[in-house]
Amino acid sequence: MRTFLGGLAAAGAMAAALLTGAPAPAAAADDTIKVGILHSLSGTMAISETTLKDAMLMLIDEQNKKGGVLGKKLEPVVVDPASNWPLFAEKARELITKDKVAVVFGCWTSVSRKSVLPVFKELNSILFYPVQYEGEESERNVFYTGAAPNQQAIPAVDYLMKEEEVQRWVLAGTDYVYPRTTNKILEAYLKAKGVKDEDIMINYTPFGHSDWQTIVSDIKKFGSAGKKTAVVSTINGDANVPFYKELGNQGVKATDIPVVAFSVGEEELAGIDTAPLVGHLAAWNYFESVETPENKAFIDQWRAFTRNPKRVTNDPMEAHYIGFNMWVKAVEKAGTTDPDKVIDALPGTEQANLTGGVSKMLPNHHITKPVLIGEIRDDGQFDVVSKTDELVAGDAWSDFLPGSKDLEADWVDLKCGNYNAKTKKCGGQGS
Amino acid sequence: MTGQTMRSIRFFGGGRCGALLLLLGLALCALAAPARADALDDALAGFTADKYDDTEKAIAALVAAAPPNGAEILAALGSGRLAYEPESRTVLVRHADGKLSLARTGEPASAEIAGKPLKTVRVNNRIRRAVEAGSGAFALRAPDPAKRAAAARAVFRSREAAALPAIEAALAAETDAGARAALEQARAAIIVSKPDAPEAERIAAVDAVAAAGDQDALAILNSLPAGSPQAVNDAAAAGIAKIERWRSIANLIQNLVYGVSLGSVLLLAAIGLAITFGVMGVINMAHGEMVMIGAYATFLTQNLIRAHAPALDGASLLIAIPVAFLVAGAVGVAIERTVIRFLYGRPLETLLATWGVSLILQQAVRTLFGPSNREVQTPDWLQGSIEILGVSLTLNRIAIVLFALLVFAGLQLLLRRTSLGLQVRAVTQNRRMAGSMGIRTARIDALTFGLGSGVAGVAGVALSQIDNVSPNLGQGYIIDSFLVVVFGGVGNLWGTLVGALSIGVANKLLEPWAGAVLGKIVLLVAIILFIQKKPRGLFALKGRAVEA
Repeated sequence: MRTFLGGLAAAGAMAAALLTGAPAPAAAADDTIKVGILHSLSGTMAISETTLKDAMLMLIDEQNKKGGVLGKKLEPVVVDPASNWPLFAEKARELITKDKVAVVFGCWTSVSRKSVLPVFKELNSILFYPVQYEGEESERNVFYTGAAPNQQAIPAVDYLMKEEEVQRWVLAGTDYVYPRTTNKILEAYLKAKGVKDEDIMINYTPFGHSDWQTIVSDIKKFGSAGKKTAVVSTINGDANVPFYKELGNQGVKATDIPVVAFSVGEEELAGIDTAPLVGHLAAWNYFESVETPENKAFIDQWRAFTRNPKRVTNDPMEAHYIGFNMWVKAVEKAGTTDPDKVIDALPGTEQANLTGGVSKMLPNHHITKPVLIGEIRDDGQFDVVSKTDELVAGDAWSDFLPGSKDLEADWVDLKCGNYNAKTKKCGGQGS
Repeated sequence: MTGQTMRSIRFFGGGRCGALLLLLGLALCALAAPARADALDDALAGFTADKYDDTEKAIAALVAAAPPNGAEILAALGSGRLAYEPESRTVLVRHADGKLSLARTGEPASAEIAGKPLKTVRVNNRIRRAVEAGSGAFALRAPDPAKRAAAARAVFRSREAAALPAIEAALAAETDAGARAALEQARAAIIVSKPDAPEAERIAAVDAVAAAGDQDALAILNSLPAGSPQAVNDAAAAGIAKIERWRSIANLIQNLVYGVSLGSVLLLAAIGLAITFGVMGVINMAHGEMVMIGAYATFLTQNLIRAHAPALDGASLLIAIPVAFLVAGAVGVAIERTVIRFLYGRPLETLLATWGVSLILQQAVRTLFGPSNREVQTPDWLQGSIEILGVSLTLNRIAIVLFALLVFAGLQLLLRRTSLGLQVRAVTQNRRMAGSMGIRTARIDALTFGLGSGVAGVAGVALSQIDNVSPNLGQGYIIDSFLVVVFGGVGNLWGTLVGALSIGVANKLLEPWAGAVLGKIVLLVAIILFIQKKPRGLFALKGRAVEA
């Protein structure tokens, strides 16, 4: 797969070179610093990614009002990879080689991230990736500002075990890499906690699945074995609305079988009548309903920027907020936008997040985040019912998977994304 | 044991000292009454601690204290309307109209307290469960027998041992047969899992629970406490076997019903295509977008009605049906006039052109309405589900099945019984002959395409109830629609009906044992094999029309 993508990327590079007459002249680029925004504005992922493009434009706008970075104005360069994974790689190449951007903020799905990785490595540029993901990766050129599984999935399961005394688990997900890896980690974790095989039900559905009758009634059946049951949902995107509608219609209430979701936030709930969903849960690192002065300012700014007093904020937006500000600080610290220097300056950078803590970039290119569990309210917002006392450090390699238990990522001392602590060698899985 | 007796006394001490209390004597009733004031104060104090544990205890204390406005306090707590003033620790009920009243007495709150900053008592699922159980205890005394029965069923599900005295007292006073049956089941559910109940009574209770025969009964029998006597376990095992035998039949019925429901969704999505593709032969890749336009028309209609004629809100979906038909139909006619009419007889170009049209329409809607989902509300009369023979049917699905059949019947009538239908059939069967007979073929083409698109728009109204209203709505249905039309036999509406229902049922019968992903693959392979064998589908048109 990697070679195939590499080939595609190379083809894209040739096309780009032919089109632009490489090397592109570095003229007039001196008075601004260009920032690439690589989010789908059309196709299936536009529903989620368009918001992030707007959030980035707002952040850049704000920074320019404060005088820009290194005395230069920031200039956003927006491209549309159209929810088309190979196109992500082409557009990334275009941003780096043609537009000469200093940094790229972008991607949502893991498959789009995997598709641009070779480009960022080859051209040595920087990508900030703002979405919770399955982990099992740490690249020198990528900074992961979304949650790793230990910052979302595992604390959520812990909460259900402790607060709801759940003993039986349905792991329901869309059939692709993020749910499959997350569920593998969760299954290993649950078994380590003494949950038996027959108390775990795993179910995958295709993208955009809309007929949930059978699955919801299966869940009801599974939940009637006399043990408290919960659903851990990694169902992604469009399939969530019909899923929750079916839950509501079949009368599965949060007090009977709670559903905790990792991909459902304020944006997704905006399309549903949430009254029947009250009490179902979501685990994130940020909720719009968190009451801090920073968050209030951010929400006000966002509503003013989008000229929509009802526009909601969500977790990946906060991740971009943190990532963007960290990048600004690192550039100012390094005194240049040179990728190598900025990559070295980033670990250790601190930035106040919107929920009242200070997040820090770690040597493994993940950040520290609080973990929040929220219950859905009838107005489509979340009530925070649990928050970790301290920030949780993002773990690139899961401690619960046999293949990655011994791996460590450290780009400061070890200069390696997958150092094997047992064999004392860099490389191995996922190199 | 005394504690429990006391509780039952306080419980029913408020309104009517009933038959149970007569047995225990009025003296106790009088003794209990003065204690209630303090108990209520203690209970309310628990709500101001801002801890879930304390709130939970406070609910139990409130139920035990049983003040006259207890049900109201619990309802307020459950819906996040119970607040307190942190300094004086006064608990207040916030009413739907924004007014505040004191939880202690039910009197309106003084302006002084109402003016201070108030904190809402926080609620999570555990508290909500406690609220449900507590409200059940209050509802057991409601004047409406249906409410009493519902409360009894809630106790049946929760099998909260603490509710037993309340249930027994309610049983003694119950006169309504339905509520009585529910109460007896609730009592049985508690006794089944009560280790200190006499064995014979528990066995009788097992039989009573097994007679209920549903999921909840199964859950109760499956979770008998460890160390129950052998005879009770045996009776439970027999009960479980009996329920499961019935459940396996019910499951089959349920899967068939789900299949018919999925089939009707497919039928709705495909029936417009059966006209544009089936009858006219246009490979219309923009068909899904017509469905999407219908859904957005529903969204707009609903919003307009809500803003300008709120009285009609409940009927907004019905009003949206003709609106969606006209809007999607108009777009269809426009597409036919501007693009498709130049491409008749060139299937490949039509395919590419309509694919382009579909992308344009998607992006246009995205620009106009934004990329995120729009909420089309489900009217009250379509919400919830009914249970027939242990199979739960959601109302919106039933409505869609009926609606799909209505649309089908209407379309058949239109094509078979009207002059427009006659002209459509004439033009599609032999264009030149029809032209010679004086039929304006170009006009009929546009109208037919408009009809197919309009019907797709109507499907959008129904799909807005079960799926996302987003620019991508149509994409999810385009492949299934073609599958149905090709499988059923191109050019035959009956084929579309049978094709949709059989694909739906096959899908739902496969899903339980193959999973959603594999089930779909198996079905696709089966259809491909079928098409190999019978390229013209289930109901092939015969005769000269085929060659045209």
